[in-house]
Amino acid sequence: MVDLSGVLEQLKSRFGERSWDYSEYHKNQRLVVAADLCFSVLEFLKKTCGFDMLIDVTCVDYLHYRGAKDRFGLVYIVLNTVTGQRLIVRAFLNEPELKIPSVVPLWEGANWLEREVFDMYGIEFTGHPDLRRILLPDEFVGFPLRKDYPLRGRGERHNFERITRGEG
Amino acid sequence: MEIEVPENVALTKLDWLASWCRKNSLWPMPFATACCGIELMATGASRHDVARFGAEVFRFSPRQCDLMIVAGRVVMKMLPVLQRIWLQMPEPKWCISMGACASTGGIFDTYSVVQGIDRFIPVDMYVPGCPPRPEQLIQAIIDLQDKIQREGSFLGNEFITDARQQPKRALQELELGQVPRSLPIIGGKA
Ligand code: SF4
Repeated sequence: MVDLSGVLEQLKSRFGERSWDYSEYHKNQRLVVAADLCFSVLEFLKKTCGFDMLIDVTCVDYLHYRGAKDRFGLVYIVLNTVTGQRLIVRAFLNEPELKIPSVVPLWEGANWLEREVFDMYGIEFTGHPDLRRILLPDEFVGFPLRKDYPLRGRGERHNFERITRGEG
Repeated sequence: MEIEVPENVALTKLDWLASWCRKNSLWPMPFATACCGIELMATGASRHDVARFGAEVFRFSPRQCDLMIVAGRVVMKMLPVLQRIWLQMPEPKWCISMGACASTGGIFDTYSVVQGIDRFIPVDMYVPGCPPRPEQLIQAIIDLQDKIQREGSFLGNEFITDARQQPKRALQELELGQVPRSLPIIGGKA
């Protein structure tokens, strides 16, 4: 676990003395930021603090989660390949405002990661160059990794023509 | 009445002869979508050597195949592809559903996984297991050869019987509430 206090100091001097919700858990260093600040913080982390690599973008649905106040938690994992610092940046979103600026302008690699989050959770990444479904078929309706989506689906898996021997 | 048959001449039925030729030169179409595909490859490789049963010519073009081996789970995005490949195969053709996933959906009872390919395409043989051993797949091929020999006909009449067109009863999904309530309860107490 590489020390992050320098980065946190830099963030404080740039964005002011707000309550930075920073925590450590099992060697994970995590920082929660407000959704509207998320892009500027990530931009600052990349351009000033040297976090040049985006490891992952993903999301968690906290519906029915005990003690959770917000619905969706976005997760950005960034890495500084020179110092080995690793930081998990989180931002929370609630319906109906499921929008957040895309980080594709910062890291090209975010393109497919954000498409996957869009595909599974329906989060809209504004400014994304090509926000389409990536895993599911284009005509799919709904977002299956949301907790209110039934595990067995809504009949998508049965919705096909039956081919019989005669037609073969 | 006795007829003398010259040397090097054998008498047989055309249906039997056609089936005999077909069963011993099955050309599999490997539709391997998941882990079962690894066992399918092992079946084709030297140790198990499916060539011993005349089915070693795996072709990746459906136009050249007559036995589709579906090895692995099929998701709803893949099913139209599966159906299309099946339709592209020339008659006569057969299908082996290999493994729990292809046959029933296996442990993947989720929104995207088709719960058994036999809901949407015809299947001749089911191979249980997760994954089945190559021996099991070979057994299925032997059984299929048996079936071709027994039922096969020169003109392929066995494929157009009405009974085959009917979806199997066990595979039709029972609507909830449609389950008969009058069934006796095992043990006798209601
Ligand atoms: S039956 Fe088992 S081995 Fe075969 S595809 Fe399914 S999970 Fe994999």
